[in-house]
Amino acid sequence: MLELTDVRSFYGAIEALKGVSIEVRQGEIVALIGANGAGKSTLLMTIFGSPRVRHGSINFLGQDISRLKTHEIARLGIAQAPEGRRVFPRLTVLENLKLGAILAPPANFDRNLARAYAMFPRLQERQGQRAGTLSGGEQQMLAIARALMSEPKLLLLDEPSLGLAPLIVRQIFAAIAEINREHGTTVLLVEQNAHQALKLANRAYVLVNGRIQSTGTGAELLASDEVREAYLGGAGHH
Amino acid sequence: MLTKASRTTFLVPLRDGVLAGLVALVLAFPIVGLPTSETAHGLVLRPRIPEAIAFAVAVFLGRFALGVAEAGKPRPILLIALLVAIAAPFASAAPEFGAALAIGGLFVALRSALLAFPGVAGRISGGIRVPPVAIKRAPLVLLLLLVVLPLTPVIDRRLLDIAVLVLTYVMLGWGLNITVGLAGLLDLGYVAFFAIGAYAYALLSLTAGLSFWGALPIAGLCAAAAGLIVGGPILRLRGDYFAIVTLGFGEIVRLVAINWSSLTGGSQGIAQIPRISFFGLADFTATPDPGRRAFHELFGISFDPAHRQIFIFYVILALALAVNAFIARSRKLPLGRAWEALREDEIAAQSLGLNLQRIRLSAYAIAAAWGGFAGAFFAVRQGFISPESFSFLESAVILAIVVLGGVGSQLGVVLAAIVMIGVPELVRQLAEYRMLAFGVAMVAIMVWRPSGLISRREPSIRLGDAT
Repeated sequence: MLELTDVRSFYGAIEALKGVSIEVRQGEIVALIGANGAGKSTLLMTIFGSPRVRHGSINFLGQDISRLKTHEIARLGIAQAPEGRRVFPRLTVLENLKLGAILAPPANFDRNLARAYAMFPRLQERQGQRAGTLSGGEQQMLAIARALMSEPKLLLLDEPSLGLAPLIVRQIFAAIAEINREHGTTVLLVEQNAHQALKLANRAYVLVNGRIQSTGTGAELLASDEVREAYLGGAGHH
Repeated sequence: MLTKASRTTFLVPLRDGVLAGLVALVLAFPIVGLPTSETAHGLVLRPRIPEAIAFAVAVFLGRFALGVAEAGKPRPILLIALLVAIAAPFASAAPEFGAALAIGGLFVALRSALLAFPGVAGRISGGIRVPPVAIKRAPLVLLLLLVVLPLTPVIDRRLLDIAVLVLTYVMLGWGLNITVGLAGLLDLGYVAFFAIGAYAYALLSLTAGLSFWGALPIAGLCAAAAGLIVGGPILRLRGDYFAIVTLGFGEIVRLVAINWSSLTGGSQGIAQIPRISFFGLADFTATPDPGRRAFHELFGISFDPAHRQIFIFYVILALALAVNAFIARSRKLPLGRAWEALREDEIAAQSLGLNLQRIRLSAYAIAAAWGGFAGAFFAVRQGFISPESFSFLESAVILAIVVLGGVGSQLGVVLAAIVMIGVPELVRQLAEYRMLAFGVAMVAIMVWRPSGLISRREPSIRLGDAT
């Protein structure tokens, strides 16, 4: 479905991605783990056209998207819940969701909204409230729900667990599993919380300094000493 | 030896005062100290060194006094400052200097009074927070007042004139609010569209013989077209660069109007612009041209020159309300929401599939169209236009109305237009002090209500009417 081949991209003069090749297949949850500054977020942003790909190609459903503009890429059926959530703070929850639905057929709006509220009942309780006044967890729920309103084929999630309480993190991960299972949405998940991400993912890639260091199924990487050592806080964890 | 307390009470303010005084000296020296004046032999330098130094000393004293007041001695400072403010106009030999001292003294007195009686300060900045109900009801009350205003006996020609002027600025403020408030684009050249609309009507009516009502839509379209042509390339720019280019565009339009004399009459402007008619049915005149009817004949009333003015008032009221209705409506439509989304977060908005360029361009061009309508109205009301009316100061005033009113707030724009345009007009006899009052109003609003007179944003959807 999504295939990156030898992608290089730059932040200013710094080469953030140094030839990354990954593949996301239809219906999968793929996790991308790695330390701070490894280039995980850059990778997601590059898929969305900002920064642009300097070298290599990004293929989505048989089409090269590396030269398209951000909104054109969104139109092809990719949505993202970006790093830092980026909800529209002065707009209400419902206004945020309506903005998410711009690309979906208007006739499906009610159904999609009902789904989003069923998944995150908190959002329904807060639908008239300004998004900027929500808690971090609620904002994350809103960011994911907003992305889903466009009925994406592929959902990109950037650090959905960042800064959230463990209980909320579990809720968010349960929701991601549900999105994938119930809606058949393919998910590419970027996470620092490697343990949770690997448990959830079908497959995963480990990104180190802008390069893919290793790959495998979630279970394989969870069991790998190398990964345990580097990202799971040693062997004793869980 | 100074005690620690007196050190903070006096030494720190002393240092601040010296610093402020030095800055004032550097600024005042060329401006106040070395003025030029025009004589028969050309420009002559007339040094006023003592005055410049006196100004710097006054600044030093003012800053020092403020510092002492802030450090915990507001009451004695209040007394001294009041004495200075009262005595200065009488004591000083130079009247300007006396006036400056008096105003400075009043400022210091005001600040120390607020420090001395903190309860009052709290009430000013916090206590007069407008209750939401008042904000909700205010537009309706205001509207009713405005509708009956021309028919009440309290109104005279001058008041009606001011009301029309204020409403013109309200309309411009609301129009600019589409770009600045909703789409979050800083447009420093909005007056360009006002000018284009004005010239469009003036030229169309004089050369093609179009009436105001026929030319109005074309004037709006011309301005929108200019917005599209200019906006296309410059909306790629990031916010600050965009602001600079719009600033340039505003000036370019004015310069074109000055220099393209064959079309625009150059700096002489265009005079004898046809007056407004009663929807093309009748003219506002005592003696109508052959084949035309007069307004008073149409209604079988006696002629009164005020009729035209009252009609003009209702026209601008209707135009302004049209902008308002447009904004209120568009905020509930996907387009308006898209504007707001771009203002809040460009990256997130684009990743939801919004075309940044096209949506910005739509905001810019639509705001331009409303500016053009206002311009056509301006031309028909004045009967005369010249490039002078479309200087950068106008853009700045409109922007100030939007910012001071509270970006994105419709009612705030009305209040700001009244404060910034209406009040200075009312106190016209103060002549050159008007600009001073203008400045004081801006400073006061920025100090006490930094996010504008009304900083609430009403949600476009409420619980209850949700889908």
